[in-house]
Amino acid sequence: MLTRRTLLGAISAVAMLAAASGPTFAQENYDIAIISKGFQHQFWQAVKAGADQAAEEFGVTVTFEGPETETQVDRQLDMLAAALSRQPDAIGLAALDSQAATPQLQQAQSANIPIIAFDSGVDSDIPVTTVTTDNVAAAALAADKMAELIGDEGKVAVVAHDQTSRTGIDRVDGFVNRIKEAHPNIEVVSVQYGGGDQLQSTEITKSILLANPDLKGIFGANEGSAIGVVNGKTELGSNIVVIGFDSGAAQKGFIESGAMAGAITQNPVGIGYETVKAAIGALKGETLPAIIDSGFNYYDKSNMADPEIAAVLYD
Amino acid sequence: MTDTTAPAPAAKTGPRISGAFHRLLAFSGLIALIVAFSLASPNFLQTQNILAILQATSVNGVLAIAATLVIITGGIDLSVGTLMTFCAVVAGVILTYWGLPLPVGILGAILAGAASGLVSGTIIAKLKVPPFIATLGMMLILKGLSLVISGTKPIYFNDTPGFNQIALGSFIGQIFPAVPLPNGVLVLFAVALIAAFVLSKTALGRYTFALGSNEEAVRLSGVNIDRWKIAVYSVTGAICGVAGLLIASRLNSAQPALGQGYELDAIAAVVIGGTSLSGGRGTVLGTLIGALIISVLANGLRILSVAQEWQTVVTGCIIILAVYADILRRRAL
Repeated sequence: MLTRRTLLGAISAVAMLAAASGPTFAQENYDIAIISKGFQHQFWQAVKAGADQAAEEFGVTVTFEGPETETQVDRQLDMLAAALSRQPDAIGLAALDSQAATPQLQQAQSANIPIIAFDSGVDSDIPVTTVTTDNVAAAALAADKMAELIGDEGKVAVVAHDQTSRTGIDRVDGFVNRIKEAHPNIEVVSVQYGGGDQLQSTEITKSILLANPDLKGIFGANEGSAIGVVNGKTELGSNIVVIGFDSGAAQKGFIESGAMAGAITQNPVGIGYETVKAAIGALKGETLPAIIDSGFNYYDKSNMADPEIAAVLYD
Repeated sequence: MTDTTAPAPAAKTGPRISGAFHRLLAFSGLIALIVAFSLASPNFLQTQNILAILQATSVNGVLAIAATLVIITGGIDLSVGTLMTFCAVVAGVILTYWGLPLPVGILGAILAGAASGLVSGTIIAKLKVPPFIATLGMMLILKGLSLVISGTKPIYFNDTPGFNQIALGSFIGQIFPAVPLPNGVLVLFAVALIAAFVLSKTALGRYTFALGSNEEAVRLSGVNIDRWKIAVYSVTGAICGVAGLLIASRLNSAQPALGQGYELDAIAAVVIGGTSLSGGRGTVLGTLIGALIISVLANGLRILSVAQEWQTVVTGCIIILAVYADILRRRAL
């Protein structure tokens, strides 16, 4: 009798779920499994929102899963394995560890399931394309905004996170090269690296400001760098123009208070949307570029509250 | 002599019979889930998927067996997850940073686990710190140490060919190519067999149950309970070392930041499998079934494309249901 009780409980739980997911099975459409690097954070929820939006628009089924933290590499592999067993038409993947995922990637390849890499991507030649932020172009936009705010002349500097990561290299190059090409009256006097550490970036900023009293602006190339730049500026009572990157409660607060002029935000919603769109493209046999830019925006006090900007900002 | 052995069998016969009942209960729950998922999706009962489920069970299963031992003594070990990571990192340091041969790395990881268990056991037995607090502290200590000794970055095993075969290779698949059962699953079964043998046939096993049933009675009968308690925590630690090798082999890397949260899945498997958190009662087979229920549930719900937030809700419901069914059964007895 007790055994029957458990049985009934288990079956009714499953039946309930089967019913809940029933309608999606009824349609004859593409089934796309997205395995992300996370699930609970605002950034990943924004990616999911973009994927859901594309699913509705193109009439496909999308599932979105990710481990609780970005360290749970094995949990992500289990999710990927279950997704493969489900035999979806395509898989979107932001690998936590590309090497660890190799067996599953090969399995997908031999089952002819196209893999669309997104966010930081997958370090392998199996994915058909990678949907990511064009960091060079995003930093170039920061350069243009900087030029606009300082009257297109004078000295500026860059405080970046590191010179080895892809985002570090791309953002510094994007900013510096754009200034050289399009704004000949502006000089980048210094590019320094603070490891994305707020305190280190603060010290760097102070030394740059003390060495260049006539400096007009600094670009902080990631969240930690940008916060450090504002802290350094505040500690010295300087009035330079600061442009940051990404969002977060601190940067949003600085922009509201005017300590930071504005920042570049990546577009997580766009990442999710473009990933689903690329999967459909791959399934229809379209040729996809190696990199698909998911877009970015410049935001400041004036447009922070706009729905499309607010949707891509996180705390 | 008769005094020391008298309480132990008395404490053992009870758990054995009820354990058998519960095993049936959890087992029918597992079968019910498998049947339900098989009916719901043709993709569920496929060789590849069954292998994926077993692969996903291997690490949590080994951790859950480790946790079962201390839980039967009436204790708890919250450090199993981060200890697993610590042992994986130790293997990484030995094999990749120091370039020593594979058996040294394997031995080092298991010894590191046993040593950490020895420390936990000593803190609990000698310093009388409650197990929950002692292992909570150890959980954080090991989490921090893993980051320190790895240099806060993953250690890859690319220089140790064959390391990934511990979990990913298939000894069975070489004999029967149709069933490429990963070696990690064999390791899980081996650990389960050894743990079951230790629990039912050795003095350590007898005292594990006796400590959980009536620690005071065991102490009054003249047994050095501290020594046995420390021994149980050390064995638990050594088994976590095996789990560390499995996860590192599967990922071909030791990921130092991973591990926290894994203790909860392990404890969930133990509880679903009918081991009582108040001690004195539990089986390795039950824990194995509990771990399988968790993996089958996660895998099946994913195959049915159930949203992730609902997967979590359902897993929570199943844990409560399983324990409630156990309470009902005991009331009925």
